[in-house]
Amino acid sequence: MWNKRKEEEYPSKSPATPAAPASQNKENTPMSTNAAPSHHATESRGPAVIGKSVMIKGQIFSREDLTIDGEIDGSVELHEHRLTVGPNGKLQAGVKAREVVVLGTIHGNVEASDKIDIRKDAKLVGDIKTARIVIEDGAYFKGSIDIVRPEAARTPAPAQPKTQSTNSATAHAAAPVTAAAGDSR
Amino acid sequence: MLKDRLRSEPFSPSLHSPPKRPGSGPQNRASNGLDQFFAGLQDQEGLSILDFSGASQANISFITSMGHRIYSNDALRTLEEAFGGGGDFIANQADPEKAALFLRENLEFDDRTFDGALIWDTLQFLAPPLLQDTVDRLYRILRPQSSLLAFFHAEEKAQTAPLYSYRIVETKIMSLTPRNQVRPVQYFNNRSLEKLFQKFNSVKFFLTRDHLREVIVRR
Repeated sequence: MWNKRKEEEYPSKSPATPAAPASQNKENTPMSTNAAPSHHATESRGPAVIGKSVMIKGQIFSREDLTIDGEIDGSVELHEHRLTVGPNGKLQAGVKAREVVVLGTIHGNVEASDKIDIRKDAKLVGDIKTARIVIEDGAYFKGSIDIVRPEAARTPAPAQPKTQSTNSATAHAAAPVTAAAGDSR
Repeated sequence: MLKDRLRSEPFSPSLHSPPKRPGSGPQNRASNGLDQFFAGLQDQEGLSILDFSGASQANISFITSMGHRIYSNDALRTLEEAFGGGGDFIANQADPEKAALFLRENLEFDDRTFDGALIWDTLQFLAPPLLQDTVDRLYRILRPQSSLLAFFHAEEKAQTAPLYSYRIVETKIMSLTPRNQVRPVQYFNNRSLEKLFQKFNSVKFFLTRDHLREVIVRR
């Protein structure tokens, strides 16, 4: 959902690097060498981004990595992907993701099936369930930490549907043969 | 005389600021209290441990690697937020709203939630009414037979006491990183500590060479 909107906002993403649109720009501004298109090109392969001026109330589901630098009030779920809460990000939300990197603020419980990384100056108030945790000095954390044995995550791909029943069910349904490969995109 | 001690300088406005005095970096030291605390947790898994030292990779890794759950909070930071805003730090602790805020932020748990509590030196910065309320809350949230580890500076004539971040290195060794120098609210001897923890089952003291009284209290 977020990706579609992003792509509509920035139509010149991955196909924008070819010469055709660039040459049009040059024709319109004959004496300049406009660097703007290359800026868009560098952003094209990054995660979806919710910018710092954006505020959302509700549920967010994502099937790709997501960076939140705005304010979210609700819940955020990216079961097989990485969530990054930027330095300006403020989440009043429960979070579920494969990996969570916090540079901003989260008020809510966090489940990270692989790893959570709480950076310096980040603030997290809530309970954490994860396989691994990294907390830098200077981070503020208040809550409980449950380390969940990562056995399910480390087993070979065919075994995953049995152990991660609800989370991976939708992904496998969407891509029945190459579910694991689809995740690495 | 006690009043003079209680009329201390304002609580440091920057408890979580970079270390000032004494020394410079972290120092490792042996701790019999810590050793006793973890001896009580051996051969068990899935216990809940309360840690007042704040977010610390060392403590989290150490406790979770033993198979336990940790509840982490920086009690000194909450102490500063509740009472250090303006006015006298000690007098502010008599304010019922501020005291309630401190208790709510640090000790709002169901009865018998925890199997152990690492309180470090937090208690020595609490004035008597709030101090007793805090200890009573600790009694409530700890399970029977569980242990509490607390430190008290034992140098009676000291004007200030070093405020540390406590990090667990091994079961018997901890690392102390100086945060600041703060005047303790009161001096505790063995008798006053026994009185403070009179509800508990037992109190055991370890007096160290560096004037730190380590106390293991059994619920």
